Amino acid sequence: MKRYFKYLKEYKLQCILGPLSKWIEAALELLVPLVMANIIDVGVVERAGIRYVLAGGGIMLAMGAVGFLCALFCQRSASIVSQGFGTNVRDALFRHVNTLSHRELDKLGASSLVTRTVNDVNQMQSAVAMIIRLVVRAPFIAVGSVVLCLVIDWQIGLLVAAAAVGVGLVLWVIMQKTVPYYAKNQQKLDRLTQIAGENLEGARVVRAFATRDKERARFDGAAQDMLGNSLVIGRISAFLNPLTYAIINFGVALILLWSGFKVDAGVLTNGEIVALINYMAQILNAMIVISNLVSLFTKAHASMNRVSEVFDTQSSIVDGPGAACDFSAPAVRLENVSFSYAGTKQYSLQDISLTVPRGATVGIIGGTGSGKSTLVSLLPRLYDAGEGRVEVFGHDVRDYAVADLRALFGMVPQSAALFSGTVRSNLLWGKADASEEEVQAALRVACADGFVNEQGGPDRPVGESGRNFSGGQRQRLTIARAVIGKPPILILDDSCSALDFATDAKVRQNIAALEGVTTIIVSQRASSIRGADTIFVLEDGRIAGAGKHEELYRTCGLYREICDSQTRAAQ
Amino acid sequence: MKNNEKKALRKGIVRRLTGYVRPYKGYAVAAAVFSVFYVAFTLVGPVLYGFAIDAMIGAGQVDFAAVYAMVGGFAGCVLLASLAQKLLGNCVNALCYKLVRDLRREAFDHLTDVRIKYVDTHAQGDVIARVVNDVDILSDGLLQGAAQLFTGVMTIAVTLVVMFVINYIIALAVVVLTPLSLFVASAITKRTFKSFSMQVKVQGRLAAHTKEMIGGQKTVLLFGQQEGSCRRFEKIDAELYKIGWRAQYYSALTNPSTRFVNAVITAFVCVLGAVFCVLSEGGVLTVGALTLGGFTVGMLSVFLSYTNQYTKPFNEISGVVTQLQNAFASAARVFEIVDEPGERRGGSAHIGKVRGDIRVEDASFSYDPARPLIEHFDLNVKAGSKVAIVGPTGCGKTTLINLLMRFYDLDGGRIFVDGTDAASVPLDEYRKLFGMVLQESFLAGETVAWNIAYGREDATREQVEAAAKAAYCDFFIRNLPQGYDTVLKADALSQGERQLLCIARVMLADPPMLILDEATSNIDTMTEMRIQKAFRKIMQGRTSFIVAHRLSTILDADLILVMNAGSVIEQGTHAELMEKKGFYYNLYNSQFAH
Repeated sequence: MKRYFKYLKEYKLQCILGPLSKWIEAALELLVPLVMANIIDVGVVERAGIRYVLAGGGIMLAMGAVGFLCALFCQRSASIVSQGFGTNVRDALFRHVNTLSHRELDKLGASSLVTRTVNDVNQMQSAVAMIIRLVVRAPFIAVGSVVLCLVIDWQIGLLVAAAAVGVGLVLWVIMQKTVPYYAKNQQKLDRLTQIAGENLEGARVVRAFATRDKERARFDGAAQDMLGNSLVIGRISAFLNPLTYAIINFGVALILLWSGFKVDAGVLTNGEIVALINYMAQILNAMIVISNLVSLFTKAHASMNRVSEVFDTQSSIVDGPGAACDFSAPAVRLENVSFSYAGTKQYSLQDISLTVPRGATVGIIGGTGSGKSTLVSLLPRLYDAGEGRVEVFGHDVRDYAVADLRALFGMVPQSAALFSGTVRSNLLWGKADASEEEVQAALRVACADGFVNEQGGPDRPVGESGRNFSGGQRQRLTIARAVIGKPPILILDDSCSALDFATDAKVRQNIAALEGVTTIIVSQRASSIRGADTIFVLEDGRIAGAGKHEELYRTCGLYREICDSQTRAAQ
Repeated sequence: MKNNEKKALRKGIVRRLTGYVRPYKGYAVAAAVFSVFYVAFTLVGPVLYGFAIDAMIGAGQVDFAAVYAMVGGFAGCVLLASLAQKLLGNCVNALCYKLVRDLRREAFDHLTDVRIKYVDTHAQGDVIARVVNDVDILSDGLLQGAAQLFTGVMTIAVTLVVMFVINYIIALAVVVLTPLSLFVASAITKRTFKSFSMQVKVQGRLAAHTKEMIGGQKTVLLFGQQEGSCRRFEKIDAELYKIGWRAQYYSALTNPSTRFVNAVITAFVCVLGAVFCVLSEGGVLTVGALTLGGFTVGMLSVFLSYTNQYTKPFNEISGVVTQLQNAFASAARVFEIVDEPGERRGGSAHIGKVRGDIRVEDASFSYDPARPLIEHFDLNVKAGSKVAIVGPTGCGKTTLINLLMRFYDLDGGRIFVDGTDAASVPLDEYRKLFGMVLQESFLAGETVAWNIAYGREDATREQVEAAAKAAYCDFFIRNLPQGYDTVLKADALSQGERQLLCIARVMLADPPMLILDEATSNIDTMTEMRIQKAFRKIMQGRTSFIVAHRLSTILDADLILVMNAGSVIEQGTHAELMEKKGFYYNLYNSQFAH
């Protein structure tokens, strides 16, 4: 928890003054019943007169007004502190996420990181607000009421204390009882969401099999399940208000009965009875606030742990000392490289050695899970190889500064991820100061100039994750983004899968025409890599064959099988 | 005008909602009765303890008989009030949750019935939110809100009456002062609402940025764009701070403000009451020309407790109003689904077993009337033949399937199956004639066996396993943790394996005609080969339509439809089309080009 104090630093003053002013308000509020009792006992019963009563009323009003001002100040401080705290933590968290490498991102998961940045930090933020606003107030009122009752009459005070404990107990028990059902409720709700989602996503399948009634029965079952659980929660939590009301008011009845004897004996006054009853009502309110606080803090604590987990995760990629490229050396050289992903002992790559000469075009082919993408992701150091050595232009990749190393590569990842903005803003990721000519040239290479220039040109807006473009268009734009910076090494990771054969071929032709570029093409399609200078066939993380197409077709069984399955016609 | 429309709309919604409450009339009536009891008992209580306090005049002057009676009565009232409150809660909850179930059920029933067009044109997340979340908001807002409003209004009315009976001057003072609280509350809510909707917008932008960037974080790293991404995040976050703290502040004003108003009212009541106590000489109260019944300390305590109870519902009402508004908005969203027209499922031509002749006559169709797509399309397919559909991405292959399956209705022309007009066959019966394996293989989050038997509920486990074996699924199913009883999770199977399961599903259903859509990417070679084999096996003797991406699969097709820009531009066998040296010829050769 300590690590989060630094995000409050700039709000130190508000952190102290806010609760302090709230405390003043609470203290004033506690005094009100005493003033009332005084008005009744001195003003009415002892006949001190109307003037005395009016003065008492004036004091009550003044106390209310001062309390109000204090409360306003506190709420304002709390809002500034908590929102500022949330902003600071969010910014720091987002920055920290941006220092993590692929390995950590895999482990934490993108959607979970989003939830942590957005929801969990919000949860912590409201906890901070509540600490400032209520943590001082509610317990102070609850305890203060009991203490003042004890001061008025210690026996009745004990009774009041017992009632307070009783209310606390009821709140605690009901919370404990409902918590597991609330968790179940979430599961049942998820199930409803799942079935509804499946019926939208699979609307065609449901209709094709005419299984409408089956789906309805499935949803009915889930809805019925949910109903049962909700009713249990409802029945339990419907005890809350009646029970607390009963405890407090039976307490009031006992106080009245007892005060009968005390008044008769002359040790208690009418005004004091009114004050005691008033304190009972305040205790009830304060206890309810406290119980809400407890559940809020439990949630916030869980959120804090989730956020801390991210802060505790450190990047596994360490910047190298820096090195100058030796362009006479091979573009890429792997020496006995083995690699396994976090959390598994299974090798994704095993004992890989290969060399890619500068300017060559290399193809990598193999089935899903054969390690193709893993292999290319070692080159720009998205992951570090577990064993062996990865060299780029004559130096171990660990010797380069990470940013310098990655600038050597133009990579088209498998997931054609674009970002909201414009076509141009996406392309500028590849080269920040690209001119209009460079943008157009890159679009031409990727065969994207047609659809981009037909509709609005490079300034055409791109929606979230590029949703307003088709899969094939997105792939072509990511290719343009990779080639715009004229990188020495271009990696296409299965990035033409959504293109038809003609466009795929055209794009490859354009890329082959680029000067001095070393190209590595990863593909499932034999036709995409047929013309490569060297083809590497991967199987289960090992190299099953290497060579030119004709040679491989003769010598490598797996390669022949792949080619035959896809292009029977060609032979 | 606009206001009237809104009112009319709301009236319609209220009428429809009462329709849903009708089956649970009992609960509604019971809830009303219990809330009357609840309000009555909670309000009588303080009057009784007021009498008890008045029975304790001073040392040695306590009327114990009266104290016992009054305190006993008070305790009884408390018991009955809490009992009534508990029963009230049970009734409202039961009514609420049952209504939620019914509404969800109805909305979902319509969802399974709406036209594919609706599914295609509406964001899934939004539709799901309507079925799941909006129904909750509706029931929370309407029932809890209505219950709160009902008891609130009743509490106000009864307290007012009792206060006026005891002392109308103080009662009047309270009545004059309460609008203050209402005024304060509404002023705050207005400001809060405005700044909150602004905050929600910025929050949405921040969430969108986070989702997009972290979702594509690997690309961000690859291009070294961390700094830019962080800076944009911080910019939006700074905006959120500015708007956020104000929104929070305004909303945090409600509690202290109402507390202050209550404090003012309490002070007034206390002072007035005390003054009247002083003036009540000999049990009669004279204020200027007015003469009232005497005022006592007991009465003052009743008043103090009443003002507390009386102002509470006022503070809650403004909350209830927004709750109700949200509920109406949600109701409208739910009813939109319920009102969505369903598919036209009727038809009188029961064709039973078919051979599988398909004839399309002069068909035309477009998604958008301004942009014609398929026009004057003719096709003749003999039973048992294999029809391949090829063409570049976005050429209308999927549209053709949509029309064949009657997911969309033709704008003109007709489709005949074995000579019967398809439009006259009941929809479900018609669709069951086709087996469909799509590229996006849809499987439900149920067990493997459940999914394979999807089209045939009566299938035995042996039949399911036989179908799985025939579709080359058996070996990987047996490798799953619970075999055939494994519940499918989102990424438990590869895309190719999912497609194989879909083939098994169709094999078990055994339809006379097939529609197959080849998967384009990310399927490993061995699985790919298995899918090809399974396709070939299942196509035997059935009229089949294949959307082909790999031209190798279609060499032996009986008919190849070459599509481009929504229309069929060439048709014939592979040999015929190659001879033509047209679009197909180019397409075919391009796959071997470098």
